[in-house]
Amino acid sequence: MAEVILTLNTGIDIKVEADLVTPDMFAGKNKSEIESLLVWQGPKQYPLSDFFDVEGEAGSSAEDTSIVVKGDVSRVKRIGEKMTAGKITIEGSVSMHVGTEMEGGEILVKGDADSWAGMEMKGGLLHITGNVKDHVGCAYRGKWLGMSGGRIVIDGNAMNNLGGGISGGEIIVGGNVGHYCGIRKNGGLIVVKGDAIRAVAAEMTAGTMVIGGHIEGFSPGFEYETNESDLTFDDLECPGEYMKFARDYAIAKKPKGIFYVNQDANRDL
Amino acid sequence: MMSGTIVIKNGYVFDPLNEVNGDKMDIFIKDGKVVKELSGSEMKDAKEIDANGKTVMPGGVDSHSHIAGAKVNVGRMMRPEDSYKWARGKTPLTHSGSGYTVPSVYMEGYEYSQMGYTTVFEAAVPPMEARHTHEEMRSIPMLDMGGYLVLGNNWFMMRYLKDGDIDRAAAYVAWMMRTHKTYGIKCVNPAGVENWGWGKNISSLDETNIHFEITPREIIDGLTEINEMLGMPMSMHLHANNLGHPGCFETTKESLKLSRSVKAKQNMGVEWADTKMDLKRDQSVYLTHMQFNAFAGTSWRDFESGVKPLADYINNTDHVVIDSGCVPFGEATCMTGDGPSIHDVAVLTGSKWSNTDVEMECGAGVCPFTYLKSNPVHSTQWAMGLECLLLIDDPWKTIMTTDSPNGGPFTKYPLVMSWLMSEASREQTFSECHKWANDRSTLGGVDREMSMYDIAILTRANTAKTIGMAHRKGSFGAGADGDVTIYDIDPTKVDTRDFDNLIQKFSTAEYTIKDGNVVCHNGEITLVPDRRTYYVDVDVKDADEKDMLKDVQEWFRYYSLGFKHYPTPEKYLVNPTVIKVNAEK
Repeated sequence: MAEVILTLNTGIDIKVEADLVTPDMFAGKNKSEIESLLVWQGPKQYPLSDFFDVEGEAGSSAEDTSIVVKGDVSRVKRIGEKMTAGKITIEGSVSMHVGTEMEGGEILVKGDADSWAGMEMKGGLLHITGNVKDHVGCAYRGKWLGMSGGRIVIDGNAMNNLGGGISGGEIIVGGNVGHYCGIRKNGGLIVVKGDAIRAVAAEMTAGTMVIGGHIEGFSPGFEYETNESDLTFDDLECPGEYMKFARDYAIAKKPKGIFYVNQDANRDL
Repeated sequence: MMSGTIVIKNGYVFDPLNEVNGDKMDIFIKDGKVVKELSGSEMKDAKEIDANGKTVMPGGVDSHSHIAGAKVNVGRMMRPEDSYKWARGKTPLTHSGSGYTVPSVYMEGYEYSQMGYTTVFEAAVPPMEARHTHEEMRSIPMLDMGGYLVLGNNWFMMRYLKDGDIDRAAAYVAWMMRTHKTYGIKCVNPAGVENWGWGKNISSLDETNIHFEITPREIIDGLTEINEMLGMPMSMHLHANNLGHPGCFETTKESLKLSRSVKAKQNMGVEWADTKMDLKRDQSVYLTHMQFNAFAGTSWRDFESGVKPLADYINNTDHVVIDSGCVPFGEATCMTGDGPSIHDVAVLTGSKWSNTDVEMECGAGVCPFTYLKSNPVHSTQWAMGLECLLLIDDPWKTIMTTDSPNGGPFTKYPLVMSWLMSEASREQTFSECHKWANDRSTLGGVDREMSMYDIAILTRANTAKTIGMAHRKGSFGAGADGDVTIYDIDPTKVDTRDFDNLIQKFSTAEYTIKDGNVVCHNGEITLVPDRRTYYVDVDVKDADEKDMLKDVQEWFRYYSLGFKHYPTPEKYLVNPTVIKVNAEK
């Protein structure tokens, strides 16, 4: 796999929209062609080389192209947007919309990500080793259909509205989540190993939700069915005793979906 | 070079109002107006476009589109997702903009212009929102505009009509048009929207509404009578009762019958373009978005198209003109003055919903909607919209719309044109959508393919004629506005199986010319031209007006604003252009 290394060479004031930084866009391009790709910063466009030193060149296709991003890109947005194949490794923290609408390939963020990571993602793998902010794998504002495929793995914590409107795919969070996790969920799988705060899976109509820690403010619309222990979902294991709830009756007329809550962590239920 | 003076040479011209059907000829425009020829010295100063092998039509005219005013803006506000992925950048000449089904004002103007349109009328202006509507219209670039005033549930109107006081009612209509700088009478779910204020609707023509105890029949009768008594430019513009409910085609048919014996009587003091055909309108009712008014069956389970019986009726009479309200699939935003029907849509879809009661005048609702090819009802609606245009034999009774953005955004007109022109294009869609499209409509058995001439009637000539703008729009008659669309289509070599090419060519006109200036070239805006806002100044007897104003002032205490703040001053209009009505006694 051919490798392109982007090294940040400047401080950034207005955030840069780097939706062109994808294996798809780089594929078949040499160093100078990549350097001259235009990215938006506020109302103006600049060549990528104004922000990054470019080394190496891309493979002939997206599958054959790996991009490594070095330096503090916490003010660079939309890296990997709509990518379909190949790999992006970000060696540090990244700004908003990393992997938004991605369809395939792999993004590895060795650090934190800002909000909207994997927004409306359709396929591929997005792995963030640190923490993320709001709206991971969520629908855009005003829309009700979020992530529909692929997998998002977060080793740290996530904030609010994780997996809002998710209709397919998987989100796995190693730490805790904030409010409204899986709101309006209509498919897919969300597994949170840590704690969650109120309105978890509220208005869920389909899919599966697992909370391994404590829920502060459990949604009142769910109906308890039975207990199950040591859950497995393909390659994913959730050991322990779980209470199985079904269907949020608060809004939907014919709700479906399953909601597992760790019993030990939620003795107050 | 002289601004507004241009020669378009050697194009295949489609000008139905002059019965020109693809003849190779030159079009001359001088100082923004079509002329028969230019003198030798004028020719030297004129811009010249060689349209050899291309299609030349008068500029596009849209007679029914929701692009300005309060409900459109509510649509924009409640749909951030509509703007996120559909945006255009700023250029030295143009503003930035965004929005797919509910674009921002600038974007609306540019997108219409790219398709070759030069004139668009806003379909529904609630009186109290007239000022807002004009504020938006004056910001929409590229287009001549006007708006229709919503009067079918107006309290004053209903009181006068109930009392049978036609003279004062007519004086009221005249005063309202002048006060709100609007153009024609729009009647939305007459008597029913008033009931919606009490959480109810009306389901038949002879049901009386709450408090006013007036029936839809009486309102439609009254407004039609007033419309022709005053000699308004356009017929009464009807959105019939029961819209969007299975079985509603029966109500629509009954409603159309009401104006059967009413004779159209336009009485306008304007300069008429010199054309072969009579430019005066023939019809006494203009039914809008017929597709939504043509549902048959008794429930969503036995839902089917009711277009055929309506089309049969229209084919056998001469007093009805319709626009289709086609459904091109995909994202839409339903918005109408018919509050209860939008509530039904919101309940049906579980989508987000906005509802407004406009005090003593009307109401409105907004609800996002996605038409899916996998959905049986939506697929049937797609077929029905096309049936409206293909089953009515005489193209002079039909107008192509999507009731934008109710059936889909106006940017999908090229798609509708391809379905009208190409059976292969329809076959392709049949193969992609739910089988109900074929099973529950008659479209599958239709082999009619429209010609360029038909398309010019449906999108220019008849639109202009129907709304009373044919004196200056929709033709190349001498004296008409110099609005032209040139499509890069050789009409002698159209291959209707290659419909993707047609769609692409209709989407981006090679040239859009307004008042003799090229304003858009191959999708790029080249000039932001002057434009006009049309409204009617209707003459009525002083005594009737005096009596009426006394009533209005007395009742006005129930309004939330003062009487003197009610009118929209002319300063809110760009180039206010008055059409004198009823001046010739």
